[in-house]
Parts: sequence; C-alpha cells; structure tokens
Amino acid sequence: MRTDINKINEHTPHTGLTEGMQIFAAGTSKLFKTGEWRNDTPVFHEDKCKQCLLCAPVCPDSSIPVKDGKRGAFDLDHCKGCGICVKACPFGAIEMKEGVE
Amino acid sequence: MMAIKERMSGNEAVAYAIKQINPDVMPAFPITPSTEIPQMVSTYIANGEIDTEFIPVESEHSAMSASIGSEAAGARTLTATSSAGLALMWEELLLAASNRMPIALALVNRTLSGPININCDHTDGMGARDTGWIQIYAENNQEVYDNFLQAYRIAEHKDVRLPIMICQDGFITSHAVENIELMEDAPVKDFVGEYCPEEYLLNPGKPVSVGPYSISNYVMEGRKNQLIALENAKQVILDVADEFAAISGRQYGLFETYKTEDADYIMLLIGSAAGTAKEAVDELREQGKKVGVLKLRVFRPFPAEELAEALKNCKAAAILDRCESYNGNGGPLGAEVTAGLYRKKIYIETVNYIYGLGGRDFTVEEAKDVFVQLEDSIENGTSVEQYQYIGLRKQEA
Repeated sequence: MRTDINKINEHTPHTGLTEGMQIFAAGTSKLFKTGEWRNDTPVFHEDKCKQCLLCAPVCPDSSIPVKDGKRGAFDLDHCKGCGICVKACPFGAIEMKEGVE
Repeated sequence: MMAIKERMSGNEAVAYAIKQINPDVMPAFPITPSTEIPQMVSTYIANGEIDTEFIPVESEHSAMSASIGSEAAGARTLTATSSAGLALMWEELLLAASNRMPIALALVNRTLSGPININCDHTDGMGARDTGWIQIYAENNQEVYDNFLQAYRIAEHKDVRLPIMICQDGFITSHAVENIELMEDAPVKDFVGEYCPEEYLLNPGKPVSVGPYSISNYVMEGRKNQLIALENAKQVILDVADEFAAISGRQYGLFETYKTEDADYIMLLIGSAAGTAKEAVDELREQGKKVGVLKLRVFRPFPAEELAEALKNCKAAAILDRCESYNGNGGPLGAEVTAGLYRKKIYIETVNYIYGLGGRDFTVEEAKDVFVQLEDSIENGTSVEQYQYIGLRKQEA
C-alpha cells in the first residue's frame, strides 16, 4: 500500500487516491510546495550575517538550510513568510519584503 | 461442533463474545445500560482469562479518540457505549470511519435527553446513522452474540476497512436473561482470525501519516472512496454470514423475512420489537390474515433496493421507527424505505409509525392494531394518518 506521492495531484481520479487519504510514505512534505502561501518574502543579506545561527531553529518550517555550520539561502519553496527569523536576527541580516518574490 | 447451552443477558453475551475474540485494546467509559460490558471484560482481564489492554478513559470522547489511536497503531480495538456516550463520541465517529479504522463498538441502544430517560429507543444509533459506520441491529441475545462474532470479519475485510456498531436494545435485551447457544472457543478463534493490517503506525521503517489535511480538490474523491467501502460491506456482510452459518447453523442476511412470502400487509421494524410483531403475525395468521414481518438487521449500509424488492408484492407496509426524527415528515427508517421504494418505482401504500420511545412498551395488541389499520385503509379506503405515534395518550373527544 506504499504511496508514491509524485503520482497524486489535484487531477487524480478518486480511484488513484489512498485508503482513508492516508499517506503511506515518509518525508513527503518536501514535495509539497507550500511557499506559494506566502505574502511577504525574507531577504538574506549575507554581508551582515555573523553565522550565529539563531535564525535557523526558530523557523517553523525548515526553510533555512544549515550546512557545515553555516546557513545558506532561504528555501522559498517552503517559506511561508512569517518573519520570525527577522525578529530573531541580532544583526539586521534578514529583512521582509512585500510580495512573493 | 458442540454448542454450549447457556442462559445469559445480552450484555453478558457480548462480553462473552469479546472474551472469546480477545481483542488487543478496549478504551471505555461506563454509561447505562452498556456499563456491564466493560465491567465484565475488566473482570475477564483481572482473572487472567484474556490479555486485552483496558484503558479506563475519562469520557466517551476520549474512549473513541483512544480507539482511533489504538486501531491506527495496529491493534484490534473495541469500545462499548449508549445514548449520551455515543453522542459525546460524535466527532470521533466520523474520524474513525473516514480514517478507515475497523473498530468494533458494542452499542446498547438508549434514548437521548430530553426528557431525561435511561431506557430503550434507537435515538442514539439513528443519530449516528450518517457517520460512515456499519450498523447491525439484533432482535435478541443470540443475535447480538452472533453479530459480534462476525463484526471484525466484516470491518477488517480489505474491501471494507470501516468501523462497525453492533447494536442491541437497552434493558430489553441487554439485561434480560434468555437461553442462548454459545460456540466453543476454538472455532470462534479460527473464524475471527488474527488481525494483520497491511499498514499501521507501530511498524518500524514503514511510516504512515494518518488523517492528513485534504484541500478542497481532494475531499469529494476521498468521500466517494469511503462510500464505495461502505457499499462493499453489503456483500462482505452476506459472505461472512454464510461462513458463520456453516459453523453455527444460524443464517443471517441483511434482513429477516417472517411469513412475508404471500403477505398483503408487512410490518418493517428493527430490533427486539420484531419478536412482538411476529407474535402478532402468528395470531392474525390463525384468523386467516395474510400478514408478515420484515426485520431489518443491517441499517448501514442501507439495503434500499433489497427492501423495496421484499416489499413490492404487498398491498401496504407499516414502517416502524423507534426514534423521532424531528423533521415533521417521519422517522429515519420511514424516510429511507419510502425513498428506496420510489426510486424503484414501487408505489405501495406505506404508513410510518413511531413507537417505543424512552422504553415505552410495544404490545402484541398494538402490533395487531397496526395490521388492522393497514387492512382497513386498503379494503375500505379509510384514510390513515401517514405518520403517527403508537400508544400515544390523547384527550377523549
């Protein structure tokens, strides 16, 4: 009964959906692009960033990727523009801009 | 196969069936008249006769929530309740069905307030008729025992995977001691079998998301699939009944017909009152009246076409509801049966009667009066109120 999430979308007939709308697979939210829910968009100023990493753990999604002890560019496929990271940054390295991009 | 002759109340019979099945988990909260079921199961557990995990929850809302969690985890689960207990489960009843959890619920039918009353009618079960559960009703202790033994075979079937209510009439059967034929433990175990779900939460390496949010583009397709599963239950119920008949000698269907073959007048009803109706039929048959009883066993899925077929040759049918629907048009059984007849273009006369609310007795004399009224309307063209109460006290004219 394992679910191939790539084969399910808004055009799938009822016969192609899962029993009880359950998802028999893991980590499928990665494939579900929720960034389109965003009204405002965070902008990352790398020159002001001290890599203190206070921003990454407060993100309610997982839109601030951290690799080798350093944060990278925002994952805008999943960022919903809540702005919590802006408040968390002590150095003004993140600002919110109106709009999706 | 040896049958065990016993004398038991309906609650004892269900508890005994549960003991023989030995399910994994039972979250439950006591409420009259179903309290004895969790009480007796707890005793079986305390005495080491079964190893069911009993969860003494703080409410019926929690009982159904815990049942869903336990079933999702992969455990064969059951609970028991009545009346306000079922009402408090309402939100979770829909979740159990839409998440396709084959939970068994022993429902001991009792009215709902108000006026507050603890006795039998079908207000609780009928209130849950559109929650997506399978509902099977019983006339007596033997039937509720037999129905419970068949419950998991139906609910857990791969074409169904839906929760099931096994219903009996509060006090009338739940507390009345009657003769019963029990099966031996071994054939019950063989018949019910082990629960082996393909997917479940406590399955390392095979994660599952239960009950994820569905946006508008998915909800109608999800509901359609759930409906298909409920419709599939009809054939599964019949197949399981045949298998059960082979080991017990007792045959069940979607409904039972009693002397309806040549009947001009048929009384259609649910539950223990069918016994009263059969007695009335026997007495009227002795007077040469062509009358019969149709006792509905499976209310969900609703066998609309089958009922219409069974009624099509009679002149008039009395449809009896042990529940007021507060729509001003009739009871739930009356509404659904007549809708089924109309759809099949079978235009027999029907009268919808409300009876037995809050434990009111339904007597053989009253049942006979119903048949007399049906005959009078057909033979003499006497006008009959299409929706009326049986045994209602009225001001003398």
